[in-house]
Amino acid sequence: MNLTLKIWRQKDAASQGSIVDYQVKGIEGDMSFLEMLDVLNEQLITKGDDPVVFDHDCREGICGACSLQINGEPHGPDRLVTTCQLHMRKFNDGDTIYIEPFRAKAFPVVKDLMVDRSSFDRIQQAGGYVSVNTSGNTIDANAIPVNKDDADESFEAATCIGCGACVAACKNASAMLFTSAKVSQFALLPQGQVEATDRVLAMVNQMDEEGFGNCTNTGACEIECPKGISLENIARMNREYLKASLKG
Amino acid sequence: MGGLIKSSIARKVAMALSGLFLVFFLLQHFTINFTSIFSADVFNELSHFMGTNPLVQFALQPVLIFGVVFHFVMGFVLELKNRNARAVKYAKYSGGANASWVSRNMIYSGLVILAFLGLHFYDFWIPEMVHKYVEFAPEDPTRYYPELLHRFESPVRTGLYVVSFVFLALHLWHGFASSFQSVGFNNKYSVAATKFAKAFSIIIPLGFIVIAIILHLTH
Ligand code: HEM
Ligand code: SF4
Ligand code: FES
Repeated sequence: MNLTLKIWRQKDAASQGSIVDYQVKGIEGDMSFLEMLDVLNEQLITKGDDPVVFDHDCREGICGACSLQINGEPHGPDRLVTTCQLHMRKFNDGDTIYIEPFRAKAFPVVKDLMVDRSSFDRIQQAGGYVSVNTSGNTIDANAIPVNKDDADESFEAATCIGCGACVAACKNASAMLFTSAKVSQFALLPQGQVEATDRVLAMVNQMDEEGFGNCTNTGACEIECPKGISLENIARMNREYLKASLKG
Repeated sequence: MGGLIKSSIARKVAMALSGLFLVFFLLQHFTINFTSIFSADVFNELSHFMGTNPLVQFALQPVLIFGVVFHFVMGFVLELKNRNARAVKYAKYSGGANASWVSRNMIYSGLVILAFLGLHFYDFWIPEMVHKYVEFAPEDPTRYYPELLHRFESPVRTGLYVVSFVFLALHLWHGFASSFQSVGFNNKYSVAATKFAKAFSIIIPLGFIVIAIILHLTH
């Protein structure tokens, strides 16, 4: 199939960017979206042009490195997939596709489609850990009984790959889904109770300091999340936060 | 506790609690209005009570006014902060693909309600205040119903009321259920509560509309 691509090009963080039109030919339905961009980049390199910069690593939907706002939706029109797992058969011959970076003040553009998501790392560093000794005398995880439902919910929260699609989709650029997944994965387990109070306060505080917007419960994040992280996590974080604020 | 004031979650909870408070007030207001369509006497009696009881006038009324002002001021603050959180806009943004129109346009439905509140104050509240606390007119417990009918004489005003309540329904369609999520209530019981909230957000505004039309036709 032949496509018209409208891609955001931006030289560096300090420069102004703009949308530039490109034509690509001979795209197969079995290619992934990133492979389609590889084809474009080969064309550009052959012509001596600057290739389009975009983030990627595993290309199998597990690392959270790939991003891209595709036709106005993070990770494109398909559900429960990352951009690297989005197939070109979801598009038709002759389509025009907008490709933009994930946009948020807390995700500044580095170059073209690549954004700096280290704000997520700082939220995680603020409290996304547990005081479990892992050097030398590690305790068997099964020594502490955990309710199966809680274990499952915690596991589901932990499947968040930190891609940032929730922020990109949200009209408020809120990071509540990501932060709540990282709070929930510990809040549900006995091992997470030790730092429970400090964790939620510190992570929410960091989230606010990074300049993410306020949640207004539109639910866009849950729909666009490639891992199907549930809004229930946000409600849980709100509860944890209120509990912690009243305590601390 | 200090963090509660500047934290995003605290603002969200404050928004939800003030919204829920207004929902409660709305139900009370609806109940009184509802009596007007079948008994002028009951309506007069209730209005007289609300208008002269010192607890209502000097305790509940200031709380209500604070609640309304707090809610919309906080609404504007949230909206501005949220616009600011995405400095460069998308060239193409498919908001409708993942979220409902009402949830994305709370500020607009809210603005219509705010404009309506202006009209409503001009129609009822300001004349009431002037009547009672400026002119110190003698209280006539039967004056309320005729005044009410008089207000709904104009088809334009009745029309404006109807339109405003449509926007109130839109605002509540998202807002009422959303406030449960904001205060952390999302579990197997919240499913039923959400259904109740959705039904409420249609039935109560529709009720206000029907009352306004009946009063208009009665005259
Ligand atoms: C008397 C009428 C009103 C009622 C009953 C009402 C009710 C509510 C409720 C229940 C919420 C949900 C809170 C939450 O999700 O946390 C809400 C949110 C909101 N309201 Fe109101 N409201 C009213 C008037 C207004 C007015 C006059 C404005 C002014 C602009 C406004 C603006 C907003 C905004 C911006 C939100 C937050 C957006 C969101 O949560 O999606 N509301 N309202
Ligand atoms: S919650 Fe979902 S969309 Fe947000 S960062 Fe995690 S995996 Fe990505
Ligand atoms: S490249 Fe790793 S998830 Fe897409």
